[in-house]
Amino acid sequence: MAIEELTKVKSKNKNGRVEQASSPAVEQTRGAGVSPAVAQTSPSAPPLKPKAKVTRLKEHIVEIISDSGEGAQKCGQSFGAIVARMGLGVWTVEIIPAEIRPPARSVAGASGNRIRFGSTGVTNGGNETDLVVAFNEQVLLGRVRANELKPGCTILIESMWREDRRVAESYSTAIDELKAAGYKVYEIPMEVECHKHMPDAKKGKNMFALGLLIGLYSLDLKVGREQVALTFGKKGAKVIESNVALLEAGYAYAQENLDFRYEIPAAKSTEAQIVVNGNTALALGVLASGMEICAMYPITPATSASHYLSDVFEVVGGVVHQAEDEIAACTFAIGASYAGKCTVTITSGPGFSLKQEAIGLAVMGEIPLVVVNVQRGGPSTGQPTKTEQADLMSAIYGSHGDAPKVVLAPATIEDCFYSVIMARKIAETFNMVVVILSDANLANSQAPFTRPVFDEAWLAPPIDQSAVPTGAKPYDWDSKTGLARRFIPGQPGGQHTLTGLAHDEDSHVAYDAEINQRAIRARSLKLAALQKTLKPPTVFGDQTGDLLVIGWGSTKGAIEEAVTELREQGKKVSSMHLTFLQPMAPGIKEILAGFRKVIAIENNWSDLPSDEIIDESNRRYTMLATLLRSRYLVDVDCFSECRGTPLKPATVRRVIMEALS
Amino acid sequence: MNTITNNSMPTAPGLASANNALLELYKEQYELEDYQKGVPRWCSGCGDNAILTAVQRLCRDEALAPEKTVFVSGIGCSSRFPHYMNTYGVHSLHGRALPIAEGIRLARPDLKVFVNMGDGDCFSIGAAHWVHAVRYNMNMLAMVHDNNIYGLTKKQASPTSPKGLKTNTTPRGAYLDALNPLTVTLGIANVSFVAQVVDWIPKLLYQTLSEAYHHPGFSFVRIIQRCPEWLPTHLDEYLRDPERVLLLTHDNGLTLDTDLTKRYTKIEEHDPSDIHRAREVASGSDPIPVGILYRNENVPRYEETRSDTRLRTSALIRKGLEAEFDKFTIWPKGHQPQHA
Ligand SMILES: Cc1ncc(C[n+]2csc(CCOP(=O)(O)OP(=O)(O)O)c2C)c(N)n1
Ligand code: SF4
Ligand SMILES: [Mg+2]
Repeated sequence: MAIEELTKVKSKNKNGRVEQASSPAVEQTRGAGVSPAVAQTSPSAPPLKPKAKVTRLKEHIVEIISDSGEGAQKCGQSFGAIVARMGLGVWTVEIIPAEIRPPARSVAGASGNRIRFGSTGVTNGGNETDLVVAFNEQVLLGRVRANELKPGCTILIESMWREDRRVAESYSTAIDELKAAGYKVYEIPMEVECHKHMPDAKKGKNMFALGLLIGLYSLDLKVGREQVALTFGKKGAKVIESNVALLEAGYAYAQENLDFRYEIPAAKSTEAQIVVNGNTALALGVLASGMEICAMYPITPATSASHYLSDVFEVVGGVVHQAEDEIAACTFAIGASYAGKCTVTITSGPGFSLKQEAIGLAVMGEIPLVVVNVQRGGPSTGQPTKTEQADLMSAIYGSHGDAPKVVLAPATIEDCFYSVIMARKIAETFNMVVVILSDANLANSQAPFTRPVFDEAWLAPPIDQSAVPTGAKPYDWDSKTGLARRFIPGQPGGQHTLTGLAHDEDSHVAYDAEINQRAIRARSLKLAALQKTLKPPTVFGDQTGDLLVIGWGSTKGAIEEAVTELREQGKKVSSMHLTFLQPMAPGIKEILAGFRKVIAIENNWSDLPSDEIIDESNRRYTMLATLLRSRYLVDVDCFSECRGTPLKPATVRRVIMEALS
Repeated sequence: MNTITNNSMPTAPGLASANNALLELYKEQYELEDYQKGVPRWCSGCGDNAILTAVQRLCRDEALAPEKTVFVSGIGCSSRFPHYMNTYGVHSLHGRALPIAEGIRLARPDLKVFVNMGDGDCFSIGAAHWVHAVRYNMNMLAMVHDNNIYGLTKKQASPTSPKGLKTNTTPRGAYLDALNPLTVTLGIANVSFVAQVVDWIPKLLYQTLSEAYHHPGFSFVRIIQRCPEWLPTHLDEYLRDPERVLLLTHDNGLTLDTDLTKRYTKIEEHDPSDIHRAREVASGSDPIPVGILYRNENVPRYEETRSDTRLRTSALIRKGLEAEFDKFTIWPKGHQPQHA
């Protein structure tokens, strides 16, 4: 993005602080004044510091980080909501330490939020942070070392550590080093300032920081107050009041003490939007799908979907059943589905592995079932809070034997919502297991999408309790499509015993060679029958060119952003994102044929051709690349990362440039 | 049963026609054949046959509508059970019958749910589900066909194999003391019905299963079952010597016919509401205590705690969904509707 160039042109002003000068991304740099983005400056807002320099931007990335428990996440989420309310595009990413309570002031303990916001829609977390608010220098150093901050970016840091004998030295050394490295450091006595408004100043810092950011980004303080009221709504007027006071104090501090402001003009939106993370979107999808039961066992990063669902499902007569383990969760769901109420089970990698035997039973018995896997880093316990896309093969091929199931992957937060509705529908139409592959990236990111308009057709139909026609069999496989009408308990005349053993049309156990062949064929044909109903994927960019980038799942925003940018520079690159991984939509082979080169970019492992012992005879390709190569006999190359962090547009851009050269 | 009521029909709209269809099938009486299906493939003399006969009789006597009855099993010889019942059935996975039955029960309180498991099925691979099923206390009748051995997989030690029992995995005798399923079950929170019976006293088997069926909650019945194929003499002494069976009787438990009391003279008056005595009785294995050890009808049932009797109409779902959307909605300036 052009915004990256922002800090490349730097100059030192009189105070010795580094300031941004005009760059291609900066549309306009002006002196103080009322900005168009600020709809209304609140009457109580103090006047702008006359010296403050206002820089107009297309977008920015802000981070707010603290020890966990200090409220940086709440601050970040509120800030994301405020910019969204102001009509800006936004994508927020949670910064989560691996431990619940890492030691205070530790480099690995950063907890908080990254907020990328801009004039137009934002589809991913972006590259590097432009401005960071940190509550101590250690969590800040963690982010610097992780290369998450743009070199020379603006840092607002709590300065109280200077007064703390135990840590003063480490604090001042760090600050000196950061300054020397070109970072623009503003030391702010947050706790001291908060103390003026609240006896337990530690608790209110996050709202003070929120006020600072509202001031710095010329946002509407009134919207900020409203957001605080929403955030603390459940805690009563007193709490809201004191947090608003802190918010205003932060805002005033920025006005009076900081000599720079940013403005990001908002595009006028006329559509109602909802702002949620991917897990909440999944849970809303469960609600909207008409499903009644979700059986689960807690596991990061899937749990928040069930937390939210537990809170709201009962309002519409639904039940979240926390089972004793994932095997029980999955079999419980299978029982409920078998009884006529298509059920969802939500999990992540390790839990998904435990469910595999049961998934096979659902495949064998042709019981509709929706399984959500919010992928995390693996194998084994892996990186519970980090993102990865390495469960594709186990989703498609998992469970022993030939166990065809549908696998689809939401690419956006909006997709998370609709994918559940679609999955339920497919599951019940084809009597199949549908696996939804989300990931930690979507789970922990928030972005607005068009508020869905309720549609009756989303809901599950009532349970069929009509008598079964005489002579009908529980597995009357259609010879063309493999589909059979499902018998649901309660239907007179439909009595049969569903079995995980090989069986014939009557559901009688059968070890006969012919019957087994026939049954496996039928279960497999259903995938083809579904595939016939799918539309070819759309190509982002031209239908032909030098390079086609293929992805799936949460990487879509980053890939398309890089492709857009390079296309603007005249590169003949396009991209294609697959929603259906099994079955794959028709028309893909034709699309691949339109490009000189094809590369899959994924968050799962592929061997590096540069490694000494890696060559064409042993290189492991990324999962989607492997599938594409085998199905379409096309020499699909791949690039992948398993860093646990969301793929960045800059990485995609680099990979594309290398592939093109 | 005189009528098929539909007050516990699934809560979906538009089912009137389905209900009518059900009413057409209204039957005042069922015959044993209505529940029989196929020819059981168990070995001759296998205790599973006796259990099947007792259960089919029970279904007939209770006039259970076959289409409203589901038998769920795991994997094992005993788990073939549902295939021989002309009801709905799920022959599922080794160890997982209970959670499947629970899912059915939560989704469809109008169905009668029975569970058949082997000792390996329930006490070994499915042990976690057993413990939690007791705690959920969902209304179903769970039978463990306990032959002290893995039958289907050809004679391996099970958790209830007595110490010293020679099996294919313990050729020099089982190393560990057997697990006592009764004391374990009686130690779990929310336990509401525990009984033990043997396959070779048909009358008691029937009576016990009938009491278990009528218990509103999770009825756990351990059935000591003969496996002549792998352990042909294992239970001989218990069969031969009536003194090695202890009959439990009480006004609130089983009442014993005189032909039984004539043969089995070891009898204890045991009040099934007395959990302390139940635990003491449960810890004895010789003589085998037979009858109802514990019964408490007042334990809450999970499906009732969790289920919602409201009709899940599309209007209800829509209302809930829109309210959630409202919480997260950002309205463009001037577009915010009045209600939000
Ligand atoms: C996951 C899994 N592990 C192992 C088996 C093999 N297996 C099938 S039945 C069984 C044990 C059967 O013993 P029990 O449960 O006592 O039933 P019985 O045959 O004695 O009635 C085993 C180990 C299986 N089917 N699935
Ligand atoms: S092996 Fe044992 S349990 Fe299995 S059918 Fe034969 S007698 Fe019954
Ligand atoms: Mg056994």
